[in-house]
Amino acid sequence: MEPDQLKNWLSLLLTIAWLLPLGGFALEIFAGFWSTRLKKTAAYIAVGCIGAGFVCSLTALCSWGMHTGYWAEHDYLTKFFQETPLGGDHAPADGHAADGHHGSEHDAHHDEHSAHGAEHGAHGHEHDESKYPTVFAGRYYQLAEFGSLQLEIGYYIDSLTLVMFTMVTLIATCIHVFAIGYMSDELTEDYVDHFVHVGEGHLHRPGRFYRFFAFLSLFSFSMLGLVIAGNVFMVFIFWELVGICSYLLIGFYTERKSASTAANKAFIVNRVGDFGFLIGLMILWTSFGTFAFSEPSAEKAAENPGLFQMLRDDHGQMTVEIADDGSHQVVLTGPEGTHKTIPYYLLVAAGIGIFCGCVGKSAQFPLQTWLPDAMEGPTPVSALVHSATMVAAGVYLVGRFYPMFTPEVLVTIAYIGAITLFMAATIAVVATDIKRVLAYSTISQLGYMMLSLGVGGWVAGLLHLITHAFFKSLMFLCSGSVIHGCHHEQEMPKMGGLRKKMPITAYTMLIGVIAITGLAIPGTYFGFQFAMSGYHSKDAIVATSLAYWGLNDQHVLLFILPLAGAGITAFYMFRLWFYTFAGEPRDQHIHDHAHESPAVMWVPLVILSFFAIFCAYDGEQGPLWGLLVHSEPAGMDHGFDPAAPGQIAVPGHHHVHEKMSGDATVHDVAGRYALAVAIAGAILAYLFYGARLLNPADVRRQVAGLHEFLVEKWRFDELYDAMFVKPVHVISGWIAALDRVVIDGFLHGTSKAAVDVSTWDRRFDEQVIDGLVNWVGDRTFRVGRSLRFVQTGRLRQYVMFIAGGLFGVLMLVYILTL
Amino acid sequence: MPELNFCILIGAVLFVSGVVCMATKRNAIGVLMGVELVLNAANLNFVAFARYTALGLDGQILSLFVIVLAAAEAAVALAIALNFYNNHLTIDVDRADDLHG
Repeated sequence: MEPDQLKNWLSLLLTIAWLLPLGGFALEIFAGFWSTRLKKTAAYIAVGCIGAGFVCSLTALCSWGMHTGYWAEHDYLTKFFQETPLGGDHAPADGHAADGHHGSEHDAHHDEHSAHGAEHGAHGHEHDESKYPTVFAGRYYQLAEFGSLQLEIGYYIDSLTLVMFTMVTLIATCIHVFAIGYMSDELTEDYVDHFVHVGEGHLHRPGRFYRFFAFLSLFSFSMLGLVIAGNVFMVFIFWELVGICSYLLIGFYTERKSASTAANKAFIVNRVGDFGFLIGLMILWTSFGTFAFSEPSAEKAAENPGLFQMLRDDHGQMTVEIADDGSHQVVLTGPEGTHKTIPYYLLVAAGIGIFCGCVGKSAQFPLQTWLPDAMEGPTPVSALVHSATMVAAGVYLVGRFYPMFTPEVLVTIAYIGAITLFMAATIAVVATDIKRVLAYSTISQLGYMMLSLGVGGWVAGLLHLITHAFFKSLMFLCSGSVIHGCHHEQEMPKMGGLRKKMPITAYTMLIGVIAITGLAIPGTYFGFQFAMSGYHSKDAIVATSLAYWGLNDQHVLLFILPLAGAGITAFYMFRLWFYTFAGEPRDQHIHDHAHESPAVMWVPLVILSFFAIFCAYDGEQGPLWGLLVHSEPAGMDHGFDPAAPGQIAVPGHHHVHEKMSGDATVHDVAGRYALAVAIAGAILAYLFYGARLLNPADVRRQVAGLHEFLVEKWRFDELYDAMFVKPVHVISGWIAALDRVVIDGFLHGTSKAAVDVSTWDRRFDEQVIDGLVNWVGDRTFRVGRSLRFVQTGRLRQYVMFIAGGLFGVLMLVYILTL
Repeated sequence: MPELNFCILIGAVLFVSGVVCMATKRNAIGVLMGVELVLNAANLNFVAFARYTALGLDGQILSLFVIVLAAAEAAVALAIALNFYNNHLTIDVDRADDLHG
């Protein structure tokens, strides 16, 4: 296929995969009307849409690899058979096992060929000479145009987009299928919510099965839109859509006070981050005048370059000048090769602003408080929110927007990630709610991803995003299975010994636990590494942070914290497993009623656990790593030298692989450390909760203060309560008092004055004006009355008067003229 | 000018006679007669001034108007007197005090 044809083909497939869930949403939201609440029609539509989306995404990934010659160039399959003596024996065995698990699911089987049936040789990739661009971008529709700024609905497809699409649709499909089983108690006209008390009894309401699936579909649509987005404005639109979907799903049991509060909290905390996002967007608009990521075709790029092309050259380097006043200026390459400069701090502010949005969405310190509360949603939602969507969006955006971040922003990201991962891991150690442990573990793992991106491990961070999505969705679905099996009991201290009751759940969960803790047998035996996906991704992260420390020796915390976090992660994850599944039951009643979940729930577990083991197969030589490296931002493989003004170096691939002590590379050393602390953590967890040789209560008594501090989640909720909620209440109180006293007083005073003035006016009118008029009238009347007697009616008298008067007048005239 | 003074004197006597007649007669006809005397006294004055001064014909013409006016006035007044008599069976002006205040 020619590049143009391939571009059209890929965009067609991904658009179908993206829009299908939207169509599904539209159908399902009306399903309650044209079907019935008691049928699973809506669920089948949802699964069909997202499943078809997965097929399209996978087809797109495969045809991309075939047509660009990526598979042929790397040729994982041939190398696998050549270099691995036992490869020929093992590969079919794995394929067979997968076949058995998947049953008729042909697509998943297909994926496994591309995912794990391949090996060795991602390094030294030379895709630059290929006639196919790394990125295919285009636009569907132009929303608006303001001067040079175009707001578009566009697409941006590179190998990262393809991998994310496949991952999101695959996990979402598994979760949709799982939810058919998990949400089946909503298939009723009369659902009793035992958590809501109304009067004497519980709340009764119609089931909302179809609505749940409609929201799930909308959620998938939003996340896919975010991944395919061709510009940062479109990212923002779908970013908000993801936010509103999580709001709807977290608050699914909307009658429960805790659920509606948690939904509000998630939404409001995300708004805080989005405020930063908006500021970042405004800075980009004013200083760059475009929102597009980059424009792959050279002639279009010359006319209308994307953000990345304006900021960086082909080798990923920024040009920084020192202006006359000593400030640093970044040189941007505008349309037609024109140049303009913007202040360096503005670029840093834009980066921090965009990262603020990611902090909110990915629940990083200090906006991590919403994620544990988001457990109020049904468990499939938690699984979706915590793996493939929502929280993944923040990490994905940091990865996608990577070229816009200066080293100063990156170090901020790294520290935020390091703080988050350590803090969340410590809280997870004391949490007793099974979902809450997983929630904090998610925050901690997201911290790892951010840290990794921050220290220059772009591929490592996104690899961890993918692997984490698989094993975290697996563990959440396992916990959902446990909760379902234990009749909505979530407290681990009431569980224990469930392994025998629900073996599939227990062992798939164990796979997830081993994957997340990164336990492995070091070295290669019979051509295989006995390591699961989490081992590879976490190793890569710790190695990058070690290399980063090697280049910037003041940032030692960025290595220590993830290392400590690895140990703590191992401890609390094994604690969770031992607590729930091992030993003697703690609550006989719950144990007696526990049961394994139906097949519709455990089949997704098996599929996910397969990917949790194999998705990052062979680590840095494996196919997933290679795919991600393919879309790595330019210049990342060489790293960046220290540059003004921050003087921060960013390690490249060779820094991670250079010799450190003796024969061991940085990567090996970091891997040994990480594995050692992980094993230590796991052993400690076994002693406490598996073998029960040590009593956790003793330790709790010893460090009561610390325990309290951790149980209260580092007192962040209290802190925010004191910092924001209380002051708002106080200020609101003041404003209310101001209203009551000043505004109301003023108004009341004015009206009283008006009444008083009117009263005086009335008195004046009544007494003065009326008095005067009446007096004049009265006088006139009296005078008239007194004169009436003159009118006698006697004619002769009148004649006398006339004569007398005439005489008088004449006499007067006579006298006066005398 | 003795003729003018004589005429004015005659006029004054006539006027006073008329006024006295009006003031003293209780009979309405008598009062009307008094009125005629007063009007004719005025006429005499007009004519006398016209005759002995430089007024020309104005005085005579005005007196002609007064004569016509007096005739009309007498007609109306006699009609009032007749109507009054129809209503009150008298023409005593002292009895006609319906319009007193």
